[in-house]
Amino acid sequence: MKSGDIFNMEVQQIHNDDAIDLMINMGPQHPSTHGVFRLVIWVDGEKIVKAEPHIGYLHRGSEKICESEYYNQVITLFDRMDYVSNLNNELAFSLAVEKMMSLDVPERAQYIRVILCELNRIASHMLFYGVYGLDAGATTPMLYGFRERERIQELFESVTGARLMHNYIRIGGLKQDVGPDFKSKVLKVTEDLKRGIEECDVLLSKNEMFLVRTKGIGIINAADAVNYGVSGPSLRASGIAYDVRVNDPYSIYDRFDFSIPVGSNGDCWDRYYVRIEEMKQSLRIIEQALRDMPDGEISTPIKGMVRPPKGEVFIRTESPRGDLSVFLVSDGSDKPYRVKVRAPSFANLQALEIMLRDTYLADAVLVLGSIDIIMGEVDR
Amino acid sequence: MTLIEVLKYLSLAGGLFFLLTMVAAYLTLMERKVLARIQQRMGPTYVGFKGILQPLADAIKLITKEDLLPSWADRSIYWLAPIAVLVPAVLMWVTIPVTGELVLSNFDMGLLYITAISVLSVMGLVMAGWGSANKWAVMGGLRAAGQLVSYEIPFIMSILAIAMLAQSLNLREIVFQQNHFAFILKQPLAFFIFFTAGLAELGRIPFDIHHAESEVVGGPFVEYSGAHWAVFYLAEYMNTFTVAVLTTLLFLGGWIWPTMPFDGTLHNLLSLILFMFKTILVIYLIFWIRGTFPRLRIDQLMAFGWKILVPLSFINILITSSILFFADRNPAFSPISHWIMSLTSLMLLVFTVYLIKYRANANGDVDSVRLVSASEIRQNILKKNEVTH
Repeated sequence: MKSGDIFNMEVQQIHNDDAIDLMINMGPQHPSTHGVFRLVIWVDGEKIVKAEPHIGYLHRGSEKICESEYYNQVITLFDRMDYVSNLNNELAFSLAVEKMMSLDVPERAQYIRVILCELNRIASHMLFYGVYGLDAGATTPMLYGFRERERIQELFESVTGARLMHNYIRIGGLKQDVGPDFKSKVLKVTEDLKRGIEECDVLLSKNEMFLVRTKGIGIINAADAVNYGVSGPSLRASGIAYDVRVNDPYSIYDRFDFSIPVGSNGDCWDRYYVRIEEMKQSLRIIEQALRDMPDGEISTPIKGMVRPPKGEVFIRTESPRGDLSVFLVSDGSDKPYRVKVRAPSFANLQALEIMLRDTYLADAVLVLGSIDIIMGEVDR
Repeated sequence: MTLIEVLKYLSLAGGLFFLLTMVAAYLTLMERKVLARIQQRMGPTYVGFKGILQPLADAIKLITKEDLLPSWADRSIYWLAPIAVLVPAVLMWVTIPVTGELVLSNFDMGLLYITAISVLSVMGLVMAGWGSANKWAVMGGLRAAGQLVSYEIPFIMSILAIAMLAQSLNLREIVFQQNHFAFILKQPLAFFIFFTAGLAELGRIPFDIHHAESEVVGGPFVEYSGAHWAVFYLAEYMNTFTVAVLTTLLFLGGWIWPTMPFDGTLHNLLSLILFMFKTILVIYLIFWIRGTFPRLRIDQLMAFGWKILVPLSFINILITSSILFFADRNPAFSPISHWIMSLTSLMLLVFTVYLIKYRANANGDVDSVRLVSASEIRQNILKKNEVTH
């Protein structure tokens, strides 16, 4: 018996030409489609013959609404696109407007932004971790993941005043300064998180059953991943060391020393584990940012309404899910002329078709979970 | 049969059903509490002292809830399915002894009866899947059929080894045979097979693929609501209890403690307490496993059953029977035969665990994720820019 034989059985598919494959609607109301995503799958027994994703169930016209809101109001809409990593989204839009207006953001604000965004990345990955455990059938990781997430949420609440829709990162800086105990609070949270991430890692990552469920499932190779525009952890799992924070640095990310976890197989387990490692690296960034955080102003004052000059700007950021880009066109008025968001989940979702090749019905759930989609962002 | 007798049997049946229902109801509470403990939560605390009345509240809620019938459902099959699952779960208890004295009917073919009855519940699950006229339910039903039927073989085979050891199919007799050594000491491998296959029979994590919430959305039960749904879960928890009790009876020595000092009523009472204690330990183990493991995929589950458990159970029977045969033939061998049996069984078990633990990982390494330092990438980009400029 060679290694790996135990849990693998070659199933002889007896395909009868007269038989029709069973079509199943997975979603939009299915517990593990992570929102209102609909996957129409044709199965032959348990094997997936064909899969067809349908999106649009959560379409709220965010991009269009942006055009009728003032620049400062648009930030609240960005909060609601990727509702798991709000601060990263706020940052993307703020950076776009700042670049357009050539605003200098004070150092202190930059550092606080980075700290909060990295914390939000951890919170987002923790949600992924918990939900991925549920997808795989383990109930306990969910609670552990949410415990860690809760620490971050509490910190956010004390800093921004809200648990989810923060509206904290504003054009030219921040809404308000952080409290005097910010440093100690963040230090405490990072200390707890360090232990928590380790615990979560031990709980699920190397579990034999989890390994047989995720190793070698939903493979996408590097070339395909690039061609499909996959980004973020899903791209890095395929073996390409590409992170916007490093390759095309924005804000002050070029000052920090951290590593990028890169997978080699491009399967579900790599996508999962890249995220676990990424959380640890985020902690490193937070530590450095806390150390170097200067005192001073937290916002550049803007006279009157925010009126960027006529023109257009494209900005790329690395959200927890991947390359979140904002294309902004201004006609010189106080409302954006056009806002286009390149949502990472949307692009990643397109590669689902490749990942679902030769998988079982039960794998579909895991593959979908491993690209960590947020439907609010896909449909916008 | 006189009227008195009829009434007697009716009351016995009613009492048994009531007792089992209560046990199943409180198992749900125990499961929630144990899982909560594992998951750093409180579990139910609101109804009664520390949530002690929660099962009652659940029952009231479920019974008063509307029973929905999908319009395309096959009505008779749909309504009969819960009963088809519940009846075998209760029927098994006719011959299960709780102490030396406390048993409804002490069959000589008790084990055979139990294994025969326990298979029947598969039919109910398939019925539920078919009757619901729901694709997920059909899928769940078929998964249940495949899973339960294939795990029936190692389940029965491991019981067979015990029957050979005890030379009886009578559960009471089997327990008394463990007067000195519980059979888990002689047959650790059989225990492993029995327990694993039992978990699969119950459809509990890691083998809960037939009603996997995240895949087939509850499987055969997806369309059921209210009291009928409750009946399914009642049966499931009764079966959990049954498997735990069978494990106790067959492997842990039932109510026997090697030096039980008392006689009469006190002895019976202590036996009962001891029996319940052992059972609860096994149930706790089941819940613990539920709290820690993810679930397997159907083909992996089948592979595990057919490639590991079935061959192992046959090997176990072969070894057990040959050792028993030789011990029977030459008396000199007889005293050490138990030791040999224990050791071979234990070695096989260790080998199995090794096989599962270290060779299960299909695609090699768990170190496929490496770290690339950011400064390295930055330097590369700088170099690239120099070349292009």
